[in-house]
Amino acid sequence: MAPDLLPRLIAATAATIAAHTEELTTLDQAIGDGDHGVNMKRGFDAIAAAAEEIGAQPLGGALQKAGMTLVMNVGGASGPLYGSLLMGLGKAAGQDGDPDIAAMLAEGVAAVKKRGKSEAGEKTMLDVLVPVLEALRAAEPGGLTAAARAAADRGLAATEDMLATKGRASFLGERSVGHLDPGARSSALLVHAVCDVIEGKA
Amino acid sequence: MSDCVSIVIVSHSAEVAKGAADMVREMVGDEVRVAHCGGNPEGGLGTNVPAIIEAIRSVYGPQGVALLIDLGGAETNSEMAIEMLPAEMQDRIVICNAPIVEGAVMAATEAAGGSSLAEVRATAEEFLS
Repeated sequence: MAPDLLPRLIAATAATIAAHTEELTTLDQAIGDGDHGVNMKRGFDAIAAAAEEIGAQPLGGALQKAGMTLVMNVGGASGPLYGSLLMGLGKAAGQDGDPDIAAMLAEGVAAVKKRGKSEAGEKTMLDVLVPVLEALRAAEPGGLTAAARAAADRGLAATEDMLATKGRASFLGERSVGHLDPGARSSALLVHAVCDVIEGKA
Repeated sequence: MSDCVSIVIVSHSAEVAKGAADMVREMVGDEVRVAHCGGNPEGGLGTNVPAIIEAIRSVYGPQGVALLIDLGGAETNSEMAIEMLPAEMQDRIVICNAPIVEGAVMAATEAAGGSSLAEVRATAEEFLS
């Protein structure tokens, strides 16, 4: 693991959430309660504020600490959901050597499904994360980030026509159709940010 | 009195949570311990895990705690909060699937009679049937 990986991941994820806070809020106002942007920003700002402490740990411990930081700071369902994702990633990160990113994401996705009592196809963040996981499993070693990016975009776009059956959006029934899911959007943003770091672009 | 089930009210709004708790005290009295919390960590609308943990701890007793919650994130955050408490406490905390105000009053009324946690929960959830 590159020594500056964690600080770069923390900076890149916080920056993308900060840059898209308004967009996430607008998406959430359409089909949720309009707090997704500010909640995510509060959470990732809290991670950035603890960057030194988090970055001092090995990858697994750092991800678990970052997840707990989201749980304690977000103030919406996205806290436990993204917190469970990061804690799952961290749990599967292993002690040393190169982490198996597909195995990590598999654990993270399982944690999100359990926390949200949800599966892919219900217009949630899982509609990005599950395709990304499948793409990582199928990708050649050199094509991981390209496969992850394409799967994230594809998964996000697919949420537009989905009927929401989880979360606040489910109250809207058919009226949720025609809107991108804000949680899928934030997941896609984070996938691209992580890919930027892995590709050395951030 | 610590031999009753306690009630915790978790709303997105601190004022709704307080109002529901006030109604319980007015209608049921003080023998049932009631805690309430609401709002995100900055005081806006939302629910937050540390406040839920604190509310549960403030009224926790051997008879257990029944949570009454409002929308979406309140459930996710409440489940997260419960899982972060010691295992022996987790077994004695339940989330009632009931309207927050009516459920809280019904649950507290049942609890005041010395009923078990399962009975308190069942009474709160009668609103669904």
